[in-house]
Amino acid sequence: MDQKLEHVGKRPIRPDGVDKVTGRAKFGADFNLPGQLHGRILRSPHPHARLVSIDTSEAEKLSGVKAVVTRDDFNDQEMKLVPAGELMVNYHDLVRNIMAREKVLYQGHAVAAVAATRASIARRALKLIKVEYEILPHVLDVEEAMSEDAPLLHDWMHTVGVEPRPEKPSNIAKRVEFGHGDVDKGFAEADVVIERTFNTQPVHQGYIEPHACVASMSEDGQSEVWCTTQGHFQVRGFCADLLGLDQSSIRVTASEIGGGFGGKTAVYLEPVALALSRKSNRPVKLVMSRSEVFLASGPAPGAKVQVKIGATRDGKITAGQAVLKYQAGGFQGSPVQPGAMCAFAPYDLENVQAIGFDVVTNRPKTAAYRAPGAPISEFAVESVIDELAKKLDIDPLDFRLKNAAREGSKSSYGPKFGPIGLVQTLEKAKAHDHYQASLGKDQGRGVASGFWFNAGGDTCVNLTVNGDGTATVVVGTPDIGGSRASMAMMAAEELNLPLDKVKAVIGDTAALGFNFVTGGSRATFASGMATVNAAKAAKAEMCRRAAKIWDIPEEAVEWEDGSVKPAGENAGEFEPMSLKEIAALAPKTGGPIVGMSQINAQGAAPSFGTHIVDLEVDRETGRVTILRYTVLQDAGRAIHPAYVEGQFQGGAAQGIGWALNEEYIYNEDGLLENPNFLDYRIPVASDLPMIDTVIIEEPNPRHPYGVRGVGETPIVPPMAAIANALENALGIRFTDLPMSPPKVLAALDA
Amino acid sequence: MARQHVTTEINGDTYEVLCEVDQTLLDVLRDELNMTGTKEGCGTGDCGACSVMLNDRLVCSCLVLAAEADGAKVETIEGMAPHEGLHPLQQKFLEHAALQCGICTPGFLVAAKALLDKNPNPTETEVRYWLAGNLCRCTGYDKIIRAVMDAAEELRAS
Amino acid sequence: MVHIVLGGQLKQYTGGQNQLEIDASTIHQLFVRLEKRFPELGPHIEGGLAVAIDGQIYQDSWFEPISDENEIHILPQIAGG
Repeated sequence: MDQKLEHVGKRPIRPDGVDKVTGRAKFGADFNLPGQLHGRILRSPHPHARLVSIDTSEAEKLSGVKAVVTRDDFNDQEMKLVPAGELMVNYHDLVRNIMAREKVLYQGHAVAAVAATRASIARRALKLIKVEYEILPHVLDVEEAMSEDAPLLHDWMHTVGVEPRPEKPSNIAKRVEFGHGDVDKGFAEADVVIERTFNTQPVHQGYIEPHACVASMSEDGQSEVWCTTQGHFQVRGFCADLLGLDQSSIRVTASEIGGGFGGKTAVYLEPVALALSRKSNRPVKLVMSRSEVFLASGPAPGAKVQVKIGATRDGKITAGQAVLKYQAGGFQGSPVQPGAMCAFAPYDLENVQAIGFDVVTNRPKTAAYRAPGAPISEFAVESVIDELAKKLDIDPLDFRLKNAAREGSKSSYGPKFGPIGLVQTLEKAKAHDHYQASLGKDQGRGVASGFWFNAGGDTCVNLTVNGDGTATVVVGTPDIGGSRASMAMMAAEELNLPLDKVKAVIGDTAALGFNFVTGGSRATFASGMATVNAAKAAKAEMCRRAAKIWDIPEEAVEWEDGSVKPAGENAGEFEPMSLKEIAALAPKTGGPIVGMSQINAQGAAPSFGTHIVDLEVDRETGRVTILRYTVLQDAGRAIHPAYVEGQFQGGAAQGIGWALNEEYIYNEDGLLENPNFLDYRIPVASDLPMIDTVIIEEPNPRHPYGVRGVGETPIVPPMAAIANALENALGIRFTDLPMSPPKVLAALDA
Repeated sequence: MARQHVTTEINGDTYEVLCEVDQTLLDVLRDELNMTGTKEGCGTGDCGACSVMLNDRLVCSCLVLAAEADGAKVETIEGMAPHEGLHPLQQKFLEHAALQCGICTPGFLVAAKALLDKNPNPTETEVRYWLAGNLCRCTGYDKIIRAVMDAAEELRAS
Repeated sequence: MVHIVLGGQLKQYTGGQNQLEIDASTIHQLFVRLEKRFPELGPHIEGGLAVAIDGQIYQDSWFEPISDENEIHILPQIAGG
């Protein structure tokens, strides 16, 4: 890692930037095809009902309507688990989530879809579809859903993870448990034990670009799909299986993606658009409205969490225990498992136990959201940690340092940690001038730490050295936050080319082998690793070409500073040849020069962060204003530091929204009252201060440039940091999210 | 549905459109004229992704009926860059890495230009409040605010 | 013999054992032999499990070598948002 780097670590302008500041970039809804129809989806007005009948005959008769699809247009699927985003997706559930079959399970659940020559006709057609519902009692609260007499969502669901497996069906899909040691013994050794219960509400990823796609199937089943997604290879796989097509017959192109944060690892529209296209023999465009995004695409779960932590008088934690109950929504698959694994990850504990329950409720099916599951469990743990530190009269950063996970610590989810940067984030936080600054009246300061695993996975990259000495890198992970810049930088570094001679593009599903989603903070790590491998392969090929030209053994040629040159006993015998010279001779020396890399990237390393927040409470309105915010996080190595800072800042801002304002609000009828950006309030520019960042670089030894992955960890600490700061300001411990003005006001008045 | 004939000047050129009476200016820009630089994030005037200038006023084009643009002057992101190069705001957004996914960027740029045309020397607070109608979910706004302040400084100097 | 620790609720499929000795030199061999000994683990292995070798997590990496020198943990797979 001590080589001199020309590009990595610098801040060049991103290659796709000009297109994005001029309006030229094509996002999901910007794509159109000749003859394209406009699709609309009819959605359930009820949170829970049996679908007795669907009569589409009147809609089909409307002039301009070319196709109507319902449950009858999708084959039923068996229980088959496929990895998707954060957890496994069950095909039996997936086909029911994209189009309701026996029942609707949440308000907004898709019931039918129409394709028509104009959007206005499609809208009118929806009103002509007659659906007979048998309304069923619904359940929204996670603990109510777990009770014996709760309305049952799926009569076939028996809790997994409990032995013996219950014979009676319930809404509890799964029980998980992680930990080691003996927590009862640990609590017995403690001088202080604190136990608290926390409530969190569902929050949406809130990407500004709604889901959108255009799908076109020809009469022989050959299909093309353009869509906004974090994983176009996954879209292809789901569409093929749900529609009974071969993967080779579907080509999916990922558009520019207007935010995802995990939510665009899920598939909603594409199979429906293909089914409409199959029926109409025309291309079909489907775009969600904002209210559809809130109602029918995955939020992160709401949850109920109990946490108990014990410590000795001198500040050593003796045991930690958490019970997590997460709302999965209408179908199983909340991120309670990673939530349980992450809950105590920042700490080196002898006795630790985290138990989780995945519970279905009549809410939209949850989807991955940035560090899925972790923000909820770590909010609860980091709040109790803060309370313990206060009770023991120990500085909260010192308390964390005393118990922090380090290299060699046994993680709360099992294996030992390799080199990790948590301690550096805590030490640098302590030394940061933010931590020393003085506070005024009604102001408070809080800190919290956070953890995410990061991931690798299937990855394929193709790098071509063009005849003019430039290079094109084709990557299969959609670029959601500037990753093409990082790929071009790493390729340019390897090939010793100026950055403007390397172009990185996202290839479609026909251009590359399978790539797992952009998610799990894996794009820069895994596609970066494959890009470096592909560049090395291209360099090796150029060395072989030179060896042929010079008629010397391949081993006698080496790559140095962007040129091939004879080495060993042949050193100095021939003039070195530049990449450009070798590239120009490619047709005569064996054809195009291409480096490929296809890997299942291993060696992902976790990232830890610590946040400091100062805030002020307006005692009259209960409004909390963030005054100052600092993110300190281990990036491994920042390829493009500006975009690493951007991940820190953006994650923190999302966490601030989760902490202070964002929530799904349901009425007694189980209907969502705020499916729009006016009433579901994400942070705006005037809500936030500048967000300071400190990038700590503890390189990942398993990545060629030390990358860890940075995207997810920054959303983990803010909720607890803010709750801790509120406690510091007011002496009141908040355990319910969001800590919105009405709640703060009520607590002040209590 | 009944159609209405609308004549409007967009980025200096005259366009004639037959639009449905309930189509918004945003619908017409995107669906009829294929000017997809203006984005739809919400359709209810809450996110600012569809910001355009209508007769020198900053508006959410999703809240304007296309019929209202008859005889009006519209400016969109497609008209922001001068004949050569980029507008200083566009350039500063790139230099400051003020975009991640970029879907909100056209709206931010149009809104920020409207601010700087009115107030060439805004404070950070003024920039934050002016841009409070534009949602960005990726950046936490830090780099956007810096880019706008920096562009303002450059524009003042020129 | 490689010493294996099963994480999470996997011990439910091994008759309650969360520590096992298995003769295996790769992750693939480990999975094959685990499934043979504990057929109930089969669907979970097929669905995807991660293996941590001395703390480094491997996912779907069958041919990674393992030996009695290594500390092996078997975990659910992890991805993210």
